[in-house]
Amino acid sequence: MTNSVYYEKDDSILQLEMELLLEAVFRQYGYDFRNYNKAHVKRRLVYRMQQLKLESLSELQHKILHHPQVLALVLKDLSINVTEMYRDPAFYLSLRKEVIPILRTYPFLRIWHAGCATGEEVYSFAILLKEEGLYERSQIYATDFNTEVLETAKKGIYPVSKIKEYTLNYQDAGGKNSFSDFYTARYDAALFDPELKKNIVFAEHNLVTDSVFAETHLIICRNVLIYFNRTLQNKVLELFNESLIKGGFLGLGSKENIMFSTVQDQFLITNPNEKIFQKKIL
Amino acid sequence: MQAFEAIVIGSSAGGLHALKTLIKGLKPGFDIPIIIAQHLSPHSENYMAHFLDQLNTIKVKEADEREKILAGHAYIAPPNFHLLIENDRTFSLTVEEKVNYARPSIDILFETAAEVFREKLIGIILTGANHDGANGIRKIRFFGGFTIAQNPSSAESDTMPKAAIQTGSILKTMELEEIAVFLNSLLN
Ligand SMILES: C[S@@+](CC[C@H](N)C(=O)[O-])C[C@H]1O[C@@H](n2cnc3c(N)ncnc32)[C@H](O)[C@@H]1O
Repeated sequence: MTNSVYYEKDDSILQLEMELLLEAVFRQYGYDFRNYNKAHVKRRLVYRMQQLKLESLSELQHKILHHPQVLALVLKDLSINVTEMYRDPAFYLSLRKEVIPILRTYPFLRIWHAGCATGEEVYSFAILLKEEGLYERSQIYATDFNTEVLETAKKGIYPVSKIKEYTLNYQDAGGKNSFSDFYTARYDAALFDPELKKNIVFAEHNLVTDSVFAETHLIICRNVLIYFNRTLQNKVLELFNESLIKGGFLGLGSKENIMFSTVQDQFLITNPNEKIFQKKIL
Repeated sequence: MQAFEAIVIGSSAGGLHALKTLIKGLKPGFDIPIIIAQHLSPHSENYMAHFLDQLNTIKVKEADEREKILAGHAYIAPPNFHLLIENDRTFSLTVEEKVNYARPSIDILFETAAEVFREKLIGIILTGANHDGANGIRKIRFFGGFTIAQNPSSAESDTMPKAAIQTGSILKTMELEEIAVFLNSLLN
């Protein structure tokens, strides 16, 4: 991260350049960031502009249109991929206690991790499913619009330096075994048990522009909606509502909510703190 | 005098105590919105908001995404998220990498607030053991906002106020109690 601060007195020009750039990215490449939160997008674009030693966002737009490799950089900037295993252990504990008993009543389960980034969340939940004896009857979809992070997710290899923290998280999440049962450490890398991947499909899916691809029992989409404005949040929540079976569950990030959204009335609150909701059976 | 529309405060080590003194010193009915980035351990609950909420009429709460910034409120950045101000004066959150080893980052809050509130913003740097907030203070000054640092010699940890002062962009250095008196004087 750069230490320099970007100064632009006339914000209206910057705003205009930003809108034009996002329009250009959408029209030329189909990636739609027009309804992402502006403050975040502006920061990241200005950061890339400075890194490339450009003078304005208009220049950055020119580069993006004529050099696809610059688009790749910008996509990376705009898709924040920071994640961890069992992020917010209480969320997983609540899934284990309040959602798993109900999922257990289905003979077959489809689970969708939307915006899975490098996959830590997916392996975390796959372990939980194994421990609860539900893995064998589950089909797991792990999607993101960033194909680079999906490649990492498919490998299931994470730095050993993180394992200590992940082990604590795993225990706080109600883990029933020794966390080391699920990976083998080699030098500085921890390879997660390839068996965990057996029922996982990793696939490119853009929440803004793609549609529903399966009927699901549980959708986990954490720390993705925080980047979207209300219009886009509603659109994506409607997509989830369409995909979920009646009685299916939706788990969001700790700072995300369906309250005040257009699907609010379609859901019951399972756990208000952990942002777990259940689609009404009606 | 220009009417200030928001106050941003950055604090780190020793911050809870400093924030308590500062907020306690504000007059009942103090209504300029206050937005705080305090470095916390990622696993801490929002007890800080509850604690600071007891002190006077100011309603202290954790900032929620898309929440509108209101008079008479103080907002605290949630632990483990960066807090940003949008042009429509609402909050947004991100989980991107730590900046200066910190999330929330004081710089990110100050820089985005400066772009929105411009000369109608006050930025205050309190106690802390790192350099977070110095870039933000520069940006607030660039847009004509008012900048204050806690007096380093009485701050629990002097690195952060010193770093802010070294930017040359701090207008006033004051004791915590003086900052409260100064802010009170801006009312009416
Ligand atoms: C901060 S990560 C969240 C990772 C994980 N769910 C967690 O909470 O730890 C956000 C992810 O959302 C993805 N994302 C952003 N916009 C998206 C979109 N329109 N469609 C699909 N994924 C998107 C990003 O690529 C990124 O990997």
